Amino acid sequence: MNHICATSGNSGPKIRSDCKIALELRNLGGILIDLKSKVEVLYGESIRQQCIEILDYFGIKNALLTIDDSGALPFVLSARLESAIKNLSESEGEYLPVMLEENRYSTSPDIFRFSRLYLPGNNPGMMINAGLHSADGLILDLEDSVAPDRKDEARILVRNALRQVDFKGAERMVRINQGERGLKDLEYVIPHNVNLVLIPKCESTYTVKSIESKILAIKNKCSLVNPVHLMPIIETALGVELAFEIARSSPAVVALAIGLEDLTADLGVPRTEEGKESFYARTRIINAAKAAGIQPIDSVFSDVGDMEALRQNVLSSKALGFEGMGCIHPRQIQVIKNGFAPGPEEIDKSKKIVQAFEDARKKGLGVVALGTKMIDPPVVARAQKTIELAVRLGLLSGNWMIEIPA
Amino acid sequence: MSIPSVINTAGRAVPAEINGIPVIPFKGVGKHKPFGNKYGPHIPSCSDYPEDGNKVVTTLEEALLRCGIKDGMTISTHHHLRDGDLVSNRIFEIASEMGVKDLVWFPSASFPCNDPLIKYLEDGTINRIEGSMNGPLGRFVSEGRMKGTAVLRSHGGRVQAIQDGEVKIDIAVLAAPTADSFGNARGTGGNSGCGVLGYAKADMMYADKVIVVTDNLIEMPCFPMEIEGNYVDYVVVVDKIGIPEKIVSGTTQVTKSPDRLLIAELTAAFLEKSGILKDGVTMQAGAGGTSLAIAVFINEIFKKRGWKSKFGFGGSTKYMVEMLEHGQMGYILDAQAFDLDSVNSIGKNANHIPYPVFNAYNYHSKGNLTSMMDIMILGATEVDLNFNGNVVTHSDGYLLHGIGGWQNCLHARNVILPVPLFRDRIPVIVDEVTTLCGPGELIDVIITERGIAINPLRHDLIDRVRNSGLPVKSINELRDEAEKICGKPSKPVFEDKVVAAIKWVDGTVIDVVRKIDR
Repeated sequence: MNHICATSGNSGPKIRSDCKIALELRNLGGILIDLKSKVEVLYGESIRQQCIEILDYFGIKNALLTIDDSGALPFVLSARLESAIKNLSESEGEYLPVMLEENRYSTSPDIFRFSRLYLPGNNPGMMINAGLHSADGLILDLEDSVAPDRKDEARILVRNALRQVDFKGAERMVRINQGERGLKDLEYVIPHNVNLVLIPKCESTYTVKSIESKILAIKNKCSLVNPVHLMPIIETALGVELAFEIARSSPAVVALAIGLEDLTADLGVPRTEEGKESFYARTRIINAAKAAGIQPIDSVFSDVGDMEALRQNVLSSKALGFEGMGCIHPRQIQVIKNGFAPGPEEIDKSKKIVQAFEDARKKGLGVVALGTKMIDPPVVARAQKTIELAVRLGLLSGNWMIEIPA
Repeated sequence: MSIPSVINTAGRAVPAEINGIPVIPFKGVGKHKPFGNKYGPHIPSCSDYPEDGNKVVTTLEEALLRCGIKDGMTISTHHHLRDGDLVSNRIFEIASEMGVKDLVWFPSASFPCNDPLIKYLEDGTINRIEGSMNGPLGRFVSEGRMKGTAVLRSHGGRVQAIQDGEVKIDIAVLAAPTADSFGNARGTGGNSGCGVLGYAKADMMYADKVIVVTDNLIEMPCFPMEIEGNYVDYVVVVDKIGIPEKIVSGTTQVTKSPDRLLIAELTAAFLEKSGILKDGVTMQAGAGGTSLAIAVFINEIFKKRGWKSKFGFGGSTKYMVEMLEHGQMGYILDAQAFDLDSVNSIGKNANHIPYPVFNAYNYHSKGNLTSMMDIMILGATEVDLNFNGNVVTHSDGYLLHGIGGWQNCLHARNVILPVPLFRDRIPVIVDEVTTLCGPGELIDVIITERGIAINPLRHDLIDRVRNSGLPVKSINELRDEAEKICGKPSKPVFEDKVVAAIKWVDGTVIDVVRKIDR
């Protein structure tokens, strides 16, 4: 190797829950650790011990390790150290923190995806409590929110976060990079129970297929059973034109999202609040998604301070046919969920359908009818989901069926 | 020489004397019964004061000389000018120039602006601080570099100590935004307005000598006066008593942190679902971002339900003022104003009433305000499995904060501590607090972003939220969760030397802080 020094991570007055690591390989002298930490008294020894274990795992016997720690949790510390080591060695090894049992769940293709919170993939501070905010999905982002020279260390941090951050039942999502780097990203994240992969700037069915087959190969290699869904993001004029093809390019595709910042840039127009410039693209994507039987998902709303504007935006998005939206701040989640949540009329209608279904089932009837109208099974399923969601959102009592006056 | 220790009722080893003065170990909440009479300062005579009432002297130096400043005296100040205070440091600068030694500084609180006093601690001008110590001052004390032993008291404990004669103030230097030549003074007006002077009353009444320092001298009478001229010896006029933008924050801000907002939301939901929140409640919350968010959420519930709070006790903020102005709060009783809106509200709104800490918090009194409060929102650096709280030291053992009104407020009916489960990697819920400031029997509910722990003594509350859907957990479960995420923390190592004593509200010693072993 030519290099003997590498750094990773972040430090500075504004940095919290992270650390900056500088590793210098040496020929002799053993392991020297120079630790500056705000939690020295509480965790100084455990930090040193952890670093020694990791260095030992990678077979490093002589090195100077300098750590500037602002309260990094153990999974962050080991990600940072592993990144520095990988910069200096060809090791294929991975030092994996324990996978939380509570993170081993899978999701079904048609769960509600009203709100999905973007978490910058190289910012541990935002990941730690992200699961507490009740988003439908949490996206660990390896793409635009990560600086180009930090892409490698973000991969390792995201991998560790997938194992150690409690997602609290939110769909576990990763946005990979474009192209070859994106395919490589998959190797780092797929073995750690990712429920859904977001494909940025998707403009061909080939992209979807190559990602799908790469995921399949990793799943086979690691004997993974949980499904990995795909959500292509349409962010270019070409992508818009091919939306329908992309939407049905694979059964793994469960939703189609639109990314308006990049799309308007590609169209060569400014992005406005009322969004006239993207009206065609949005409705086109909604139509493509619905035609393919998957969920159309709206772009993020970037003014995190203006909740009223967000509320309005959600309402018009829902009215167009979108079934969810991205969030860039946890406070947006509730507004978005409430906006996309079923309204009173929708709940009422669903209650009637589910009631009719239950009545038919009790009577042993194969066909569900509401008045003179026959109800198809998917409609019943949808209504059941609406009811379930209304109960989950506290809009409806769990015992609503008993409470209905006879 | 080591001073013999005793184990107090809380199980903490405390010395029998502090700074050469015998002290009483903590005996339990409400167990120590004081006896004897209150302290009385010397009896003055009008014949010694100017008949025209004009007590103005030219400089603070002259006033201090006339007060007979000498070695070993205790000099008190209040903290109404907060981080903008230009008066306190000046006192010790003058004393140092005069060659006076071994003074005791007895402030109601200290701020970062007081850090320069370290040089007077080093040169022997100041022997010790009896008050709060944070930042570099806290570090200085924790490392055992202060000559005397610090004594930390709550705001109520401070006035109790003055009243009972545990601390005899030789000279009180009271900075006043507006005063007249007789010494009447108030907290509003001028360029250095701070709203109210709720921490100065006991100093005024019990100090041997009282100096009022103002930058806004007006014609007699300065009305309504919080400091009364017939207690005052000298009035000094200076250019500036403080830096306005550091006295009050222009505006106090609700937290933007999503995690803290979540804690605030949970707190409001708990108060509502437990039935603690109801029409007519009395309440107090601080000026921290989370507390303000709780106030905002409570206000929304009040509006939704058409309820109001009978009165709130300040530190007032614009959020309380808003409730007052829109009918969700009947009165604000106020010991200090935190932002410009509250400063402006005092004097403008007849229901926004200055209310000294001496009346609100003094435990050696015929009742006080704190036990009448329904809802008390407080913070803590650590809470342990017995619900004991620590507010003065960091988990690494360094002095970090003063006690403020925290201990006094524990006597409220429902004491709620909304705290994060961990800060960065530092767990807040721990096996045992580093320093005991408040006994767990007085702390009712801990609300974190990852769950709510209710003190088992409050089975009424446990019953009331049983089916509420709120994430109620045991305190042990919260501790386990913090340790699962952060790891099991080591404990700081201390030497034997006591660097600070922590007084309980009745003047007994509940714990001590020892020198950090570096």
